[in-house]
Amino acid sequence: MSWTRKILRVNLTNGTVVEEALNMDWANEYLGQRGLGTRYLVDEIDPQCDALGPDNKLIMTTGPLTGTIASTGGRYSVVCKSPLTGTVACSNSGGFFGAELKFAGWDMIIFEGKAATPMYLNIEDDVAKLMPADDLWGQSCWATDHALRQKHQDPQVRIACVGRSAEEGNLYAAVVNDLHRAAGRSGVGTVMASKNLKAVVCRGTLGLGGIDDPKRFMQTVKDGKKVLAENAVTGQGLPTYGTQVLMNVINEVGALPTRNMTQTQFEGANDVGGEAMHLPRKSDGKANLTTNGACYSCTIACGRISTIDRTHFSVKDKPEYWINSGGLEYEAAWALGPDTGVDDIDALTYANFLCNEDGMDPISFGSTVAAAMELFETGVITTEHTGGMALKFGSAEALCWAAEVTAKGEGFGADLGLGSKRLCEKYGKPELSMTVKGQEFPAYDPRGIQGMGLAYATSNRGACHLRGYTVASEILGIPEKTDPLESAGKPGLVKAFQDATAAVDSAGLCVFTTFAWTMDDIAPQVDAACEGDWSTERMMEVGERIWNLEKDFNQKAGITGADDTLPARLLTEGANSGPAKGRTSELSQMLPEYYQLRGYSADGSMTDETRQKWSLPS
Amino acid sequence: MQKSLHIDPGKCTGCLQCESACSLVNEGMVNPSKSRIKVFTFHDEGRFVPYTCTQCDEAWCMQACPVDAIVLNPVNGSKDVLSDVCVGCKVCTIACPFGTINYNTSTGKVVKCDLCGGDPECVEACPTQAITYVDANATGLDKMRAWAAKTDNAAGA
Repeated sequence: MSWTRKILRVNLTNGTVVEEALNMDWANEYLGQRGLGTRYLVDEIDPQCDALGPDNKLIMTTGPLTGTIASTGGRYSVVCKSPLTGTVACSNSGGFFGAELKFAGWDMIIFEGKAATPMYLNIEDDVAKLMPADDLWGQSCWATDHALRQKHQDPQVRIACVGRSAEEGNLYAAVVNDLHRAAGRSGVGTVMASKNLKAVVCRGTLGLGGIDDPKRFMQTVKDGKKVLAENAVTGQGLPTYGTQVLMNVINEVGALPTRNMTQTQFEGANDVGGEAMHLPRKSDGKANLTTNGACYSCTIACGRISTIDRTHFSVKDKPEYWINSGGLEYEAAWALGPDTGVDDIDALTYANFLCNEDGMDPISFGSTVAAAMELFETGVITTEHTGGMALKFGSAEALCWAAEVTAKGEGFGADLGLGSKRLCEKYGKPELSMTVKGQEFPAYDPRGIQGMGLAYATSNRGACHLRGYTVASEILGIPEKTDPLESAGKPGLVKAFQDATAAVDSAGLCVFTTFAWTMDDIAPQVDAACEGDWSTERMMEVGERIWNLEKDFNQKAGITGADDTLPARLLTEGANSGPAKGRTSELSQMLPEYYQLRGYSADGSMTDETRQKWSLPS
Repeated sequence: MQKSLHIDPGKCTGCLQCESACSLVNEGMVNPSKSRIKVFTFHDEGRFVPYTCTQCDEAWCMQACPVDAIVLNPVNGSKDVLSDVCVGCKVCTIACPFGTINYNTSTGKVVKCDLCGGDPECVEACPTQAITYVDANATGLDKMRAWAAKTDNAAGA
């Protein structure tokens, strides 16, 4: 079965924890994780509810392959309504927490209501209890993790928690698990903190049995691992350089958004990319990168384990940061680096450490700093607002300072915690916010990679690279090469990526496998592990159903086709250099065909026919 | 030829494939908490270290067992627990200097690595060859080769 078929329902208002059976009808339609969690959310909350009020719910959800031996089968998602975008939020994380939840016997936890005082949930196999967390409130994720380990005297617990940014209402706060993996985007950590829920501690010793066809499953797992090992991206590029392998590639094609997307190439890209992380530094001869690390069951191991130069200004008097921890991944490195114009890899690593320590989405944080820098450079924000700090593009000092004050929500850090959209609105320059539906862009300029413009505009959680990564096709040629400067043909490509990704997420696997795996590699693993027939076609259907479920939630929340757009900068200002020079995003040429392929009306609305086709809840 | 598990922590990524495989073959389910091989993560140092029984020749666990439930497998050199003989007294867990034999609360018996009878699943599962199964008489071969490669014998060429 692979599902444990059990969910935990935690009512924080009443302090109750009860066991429920998993709705297997929904599991058959939505598979697990992202899809199944969203199905529960749609059923249980008013899409128009206040995301930070007690009526929102927070769902931690695993997939059927989470906690199996399938490569990358360790992922879980946090699903809720987003305070940043007002859309459905579903943030996916690796590490070890998700698998541990399965080993304890649970597919999913639904948190509802709001606790009167800070609490955490302690799970030891089938016993789950709410415990007071007053002493943890006001502490970072790292301090919380440490304190809970001390308290429980069990080195094998896995912990997911929120930091000070979430407590202070930062709208892009993350849920951090295993110290440096995060359900990062859309402010899911903010929602968790709004419920006075500080952490979930989990220890699972029951294990995961009940694989439908164990022998066939092991064969499909072995076959899958072999494909990943023999593929150049998943077998060599990602282990060696991590996702940072992309920095120079994306810069070369002229799609590296720079200085709040005013430029499309960064002259300092070489200094902050994957190769730079391997170079010995002058102070101690060590490289930024210590080693690569894996999430649970992952045979790719793209994770970066890094140190900051101890002589760097950011940490020279702070030995607590002279440690190894999660290093720069591409999206974070881009937001903290090229987008702010900072080319100091130690400053980026420090800011990244702080994002992990206090649970901030580094993409949204970096992009918001970039917007603030443009506001500063144009004289809208001054040192009076910042308390003296000159927020200039390229200033490593400003970046490190911004991370410190935003992590704690202090002073101007509270403004930066609003996110780019609200920050720019507050200072009267909404056009400078590089966001879709209120969520900051990731690291690909849609003027140079046309498919990504459509993917961003139509993403169900605002601008995002993980909802339809056409970069794979347009730049890397996976599964087949398409021209990044050509908008024709992209609507179908975007839709296919969106649907496939929803299915991969919902299985509990990592989307990075799809650099090597197609659905024909994934479906057999799901099919062998789960009851019923899970063909490639069914997986794609499940993916499309999930996409439409999310879309329908957003529509009911008041999001319309008019929100499927990009900032004017990307639609009217041509790329300033590189292969895409002079080009803008051709979004308006792609949207009509996309809506048609999706079965939406011309204005981008979900139709009754499409709703019925996918048997979506009314 | 007798073989040994050979662990190179420098190659380990901490993915726990070995723990999953070990528990799957020995417990019938994926359950790292019951794995006979454990990977330790030293977060602040950025190190991952797999650790399991070294199959001591004069195995302390075997010598300490009062009911002779731990026996030498003459083919692969492993020290195997006869679970129908084991009385769960745990003396072996005290005797073992390395902590690699442990009590299983669900069965009331002790468990340790038995090299899967000569075909260790952890080796098969490890994606980075951090765990290999090599000639027991030459577990130092990789290190010797690495040092040999550094030998400068091209001076006269």
